[in-house]
Amino acid sequence: MGPSGSGKSTLLRLLNRLADPDQGTVRYHGTDVRELDPLELRRRVGLVPQLPAPVPGSVADNVCFGPRLDGREVDPERPLRLAGLDSSFVERDASRLSVGEQQRVMLARALALEPEVLLLDEPTAALDEDAKAAVEDALTSLPGVSLVVVTHEPAQAERLASHIVRLENGQVRK
Amino acid sequence: MSTVSITLGEVAASLALVAVAVAVSFWRHAELEQDIAVAVLRSFLQLTAVGYVIQAIFDTDSLWLVAALLAGMVAFGAWTARGRAKAVPGATGPILLALAVAATVTLGLVLALGVFAAEPRYLVPVGGMVIGNSMTAVAVALNRLADEMHEGRRQIEAMLALGATSFQAARATLARSLRSGMIPLVDSTKTTGIVFFPGTMVGMLVAGAEPVDAVRLQIVLLWVLLGAVALAGLIAVSLGYRGFFTDAHQLRES
Repeated sequence: MGPSGSGKSTLLRLLNRLADPDQGTVRYHGTDVRELDPLELRRRVGLVPQLPAPVPGSVADNVCFGPRLDGREVDPERPLRLAGLDSSFVERDASRLSVGEQQRVMLARALALEPEVLLLDEPTAALDEDAKAAVEDALTSLPGVSLVVVTHEPAQAERLASHIVRLENGQVRK
Repeated sequence: MSTVSITLGEVAASLALVAVAVAVSFWRHAELEQDIAVAVLRSFLQLTAVGYVIQAIFDTDSLWLVAALLAGMVAFGAWTARGRAKAVPGATGPILLALAVAATVTLGLVLALGVFAAEPRYLVPVGGMVIGNSMTAVAVALNRLADEMHEGRRQIEAMLALGATSFQAARATLARSLRSGMIPLVDSTKTTGIVFFPGTMVGMLVAGAEPVDAVRLQIVLLWVLLGAVALAGLIAVSLGYRGFFTDAHQLRES
């Protein structure tokens, strides 16, 4: 966590190689991420962006987007349920949902790849209190996924995290 | 075939219409007087110069000279299109290749099918039209590509984050860019003869050709141009988008 502009989002993007650091290395299970296949890495280390960025189409199209990229079909209902959305959402137009619902579709879309780690960039920044609570509930009840959550909100960090790293001006401040 | 000859005096007389344009610009403060003067001077000098070049090529009847002239047009066209697609990183190569392939393939096909004979009097004007139209299409398509890559950055990076390759993430953008490069010609092909008379047909009619011949040549040219523009747009967009990505399927900093 840290104030805006402290480098939180950039750090997150380094972890699944959407960007590379100017110096230093990022290691995943001891291997420099630059030695891994970036596409494979991004499937194992998923990222949920700060603002929803749905692809045109239904909720199912969005949730199945990742697996379809390498030719797999998945049932969209399981990841949707994990993200706190019931099956009535499957056929709905993703672009017509509320921002809070879209954000949970983004979470489900990342979960559909069954990642080992989920990177979440201010997952509740665009949401009202109810939607925020729903997303936080969904996050804390995810089975078998490590979370790296970026937030500017100390209370949320306390609620969600077992380890907290404070960033300021691109530097770690315990 | 009948020919028309136009004296320099007749050319000078058409300056009256240029005077109208200058007067309108001056009167309504469009501030285009200087540009009009430059445009008139350049059109006269460039067309006169190219007229002599074409005359020389016709006189020697050398296909090598035709190839050299078309290569020059490709280079100049690429340079022009590059200027209009500045926001696409590393676009020079894709543009050059797009224009060169479009010109080679379309002219080659037209010759192979026997539509035109392999003579300078066909190859030079048709080649010029193919390259000119391809240049415009490529510039429009790449311009659109740059805008979309800029505006759609968030969406594209979200797809990359799900394990999409650069191509998968950019696919919809590429389709829209190609479309915007092709649409002007498709639309003008639809409305041709109703809303406007295309230049070739006008030229042939003025030169005294039979309307049926003028129309058929125009149809052939429009259809050839459709193929050329599609090919040029496809190549420019399919290669040009790579400049926005790294080899590790990352979006470059804009």
